[in-house]
Amino acid sequence: MPDQLIFAMEVFLNGLMAGVLYALVALGFVLIYKASGIFNYSQGVMALFAALTLVGIMEGRVPFAHLINATFGTEIHHFGWHLPALAAILLTMGVMVVLAWAVNKLIFNHLVNQEPIILFMATIGLAYFMEGFGDVMWGADIKKLDVGLPQGINTAIDEITYGWFGYGFFIDNLDIVATIIAALLVIALVMFSQYTKQGRAMRAVADDHQAALSVGISLNFIWIMVWSLAGFVALVAGIMWGTKMGVQFSLSLIALKALPVLMLGGFTSIPGAIVGGLIIGVGEKLFEFAIGPMIGGATENWFAYVLALIFLVFRPQGLFGEKIIERV
Amino acid sequence: MFYREAGDFKTSYVEDSQTFPIKFDRYRYYFVLVCAFAVVPFVINDYWVNAIFMPFLIYSIAAIGLNILVGYCGQVSLGTGGFMAVGAYGCYKLMTAFPDVSIFFHIIAAGGITALVGVLFGLPSLRIKGFYLAVATLAAQFFLVWLFNRVPWFYNYSASGQISAPERTIFGIEVTGANTEAWATYLFCLVFTVASAIVARNLTRGAQGRKWMAIRDMDIAAEIIGVDPLKAKLSAFAVSSFFVGISGALFFAVYLGAVEVGEAFGINKSFLVLFMVIIGGLGSIFGSFAGAAFLVLLPVLLKNVLVAGLGWPTDLAAHLEFMIVGALIIAFLIAEPHGLAQLWRVMKEKLRLWPFPH
Repeated sequence: MPDQLIFAMEVFLNGLMAGVLYALVALGFVLIYKASGIFNYSQGVMALFAALTLVGIMEGRVPFAHLINATFGTEIHHFGWHLPALAAILLTMGVMVVLAWAVNKLIFNHLVNQEPIILFMATIGLAYFMEGFGDVMWGADIKKLDVGLPQGINTAIDEITYGWFGYGFFIDNLDIVATIIAALLVIALVMFSQYTKQGRAMRAVADDHQAALSVGISLNFIWIMVWSLAGFVALVAGIMWGTKMGVQFSLSLIALKALPVLMLGGFTSIPGAIVGGLIIGVGEKLFEFAIGPMIGGATENWFAYVLALIFLVFRPQGLFGEKIIERV
Repeated sequence: MFYREAGDFKTSYVEDSQTFPIKFDRYRYYFVLVCAFAVVPFVINDYWVNAIFMPFLIYSIAAIGLNILVGYCGQVSLGTGGFMAVGAYGCYKLMTAFPDVSIFFHIIAAGGITALVGVLFGLPSLRIKGFYLAVATLAAQFFLVWLFNRVPWFYNYSASGQISAPERTIFGIEVTGANTEAWATYLFCLVFTVASAIVARNLTRGAQGRKWMAIRDMDIAAEIIGVDPLKAKLSAFAVSSFFVGISGALFFAVYLGAVEVGEAFGINKSFLVLFMVIIGGLGSIFGSFAGAAFLVLLPVLLKNVLVAGLGWPTDLAAHLEFMIVGALIIAFLIAEPHGLAQLWRVMKEKLRLWPFPH
């Protein structure tokens, strides 16, 4: 087999893995957009905030230490404990639920019935706020996140492919774990929305707010639940990306990676987010591999958008989006 | 008492259809113009121009441009930063290719180039609507920034990858380069800002503006009453990009002097201009100015209060600034979703009846 083809296969596999991570972020968008029609730009920052909080709780950092030290001239940084990962994850989940409650109570309850663009702008404002808030609360330094996920090259795959092609594929263990967790997460989400009472209520709200209200579903509760779910998804995405590249500001930029995934898959479809993520992940890696070196490289920044744009021209609602019907 | 239509008789069509039909409004407008042209240049210094006046004037043009697209034509765009970059690089290429032509024409031509690019990226708007379009315009943002970063022809193969404005003069007075006077750059930008505002105001209250607004309110209905969506949407993209391109050219050539594209025209710039438009008020030229003023002044104010006033470390202040800006935007959207322009409108309604509200 020619070398180029083998490399391309490796790139393809890595693209699939990257796509899963994009899809994880896109999932959070879809959940909120479906249930409340809010296009939540702050999803990426939520992932960053979740990861920051997780690290902070695990390492026993004092929240707002920087602010307290600056105001009172003290020198406090750590409580001096280390929590096990699982406990910290549960506590962080609690924080995300509180956040979901606060966001709904303080912001979106006051913006009922506003135009979508106003809601969208509010989420950008929220993103700005949380970016600053996360840094003020936990400090802006780059943190290492280690919850015990395996990392590094997967030797089994390396050896097997070496036996087949005479060239060992480099697949990161973390990517494999991420894929499995993402798959479990999606299955869990689908089961939840299909087979539980709250899940059915959520789908009812997504279908028609007023009809849902009239059969006694509390919109408030559903929205808080949906934002908490999105917070949970953000936490999972934050753990994966945070383990991969450290918890830092650039983590919030993964939201920008998830947007073309959404466009491609449709804003309202969970399977769409997964399939879109895979297509974008594979597409941008292969494009960078095949065409990138010829035109200057670093095409990953825009290729996903252009791909989604071209795709949308032919199918304006995305792959799995609801058909857009317009009436006068 | 002063703000009345009563007793102000119009005897010709020209008078009847002027921009400011109310006498008080008109005089206030002349007063502001006279102040801006004849008083401010004599009293400002470098700090005021660089920290407040120039960003305000330049962002106003960008906000007017984006307001035409988002506020009047209803096509949400997140590609403003990319289009400003087109204006900046277009201006740079023209300035270096034709050093003898006045920079005034370079900036206009840079606007023209941006209009063409804008039309190109506006084409999908005929098929894609709403948030899909908003995200699609991000393609313009990322692609254009990448293009100016990676293709050396655009930055004339300079080693740093930056572009820097050569020295150019208007009537023998330097407006770009290192040795400019504060008042000269201020006046130069002011001319563009006032001209843009007048052109935009008259476009939006004329036939073209009505077509845009019809498309914004419901494009299918507009099509049925005879508005060609192709022409209306693409002309909105063209006009909007023209203004945005001019502001990008001014931002680069007159204000910063040297830019690195990812830093100066990144995605944050797109959001910043969109914030200006939303906070100022969608579909209002005055709102564009108000929004630009608000978001230019706010960081300056916060920095002065937090760092100079309270003596906090700069990095902490920077984070707090993020929090405060975010919170203020949300608070603003909750309190007045139609922006500062709506507050102004309410105030004018009150003024008309004052001091006898019944």
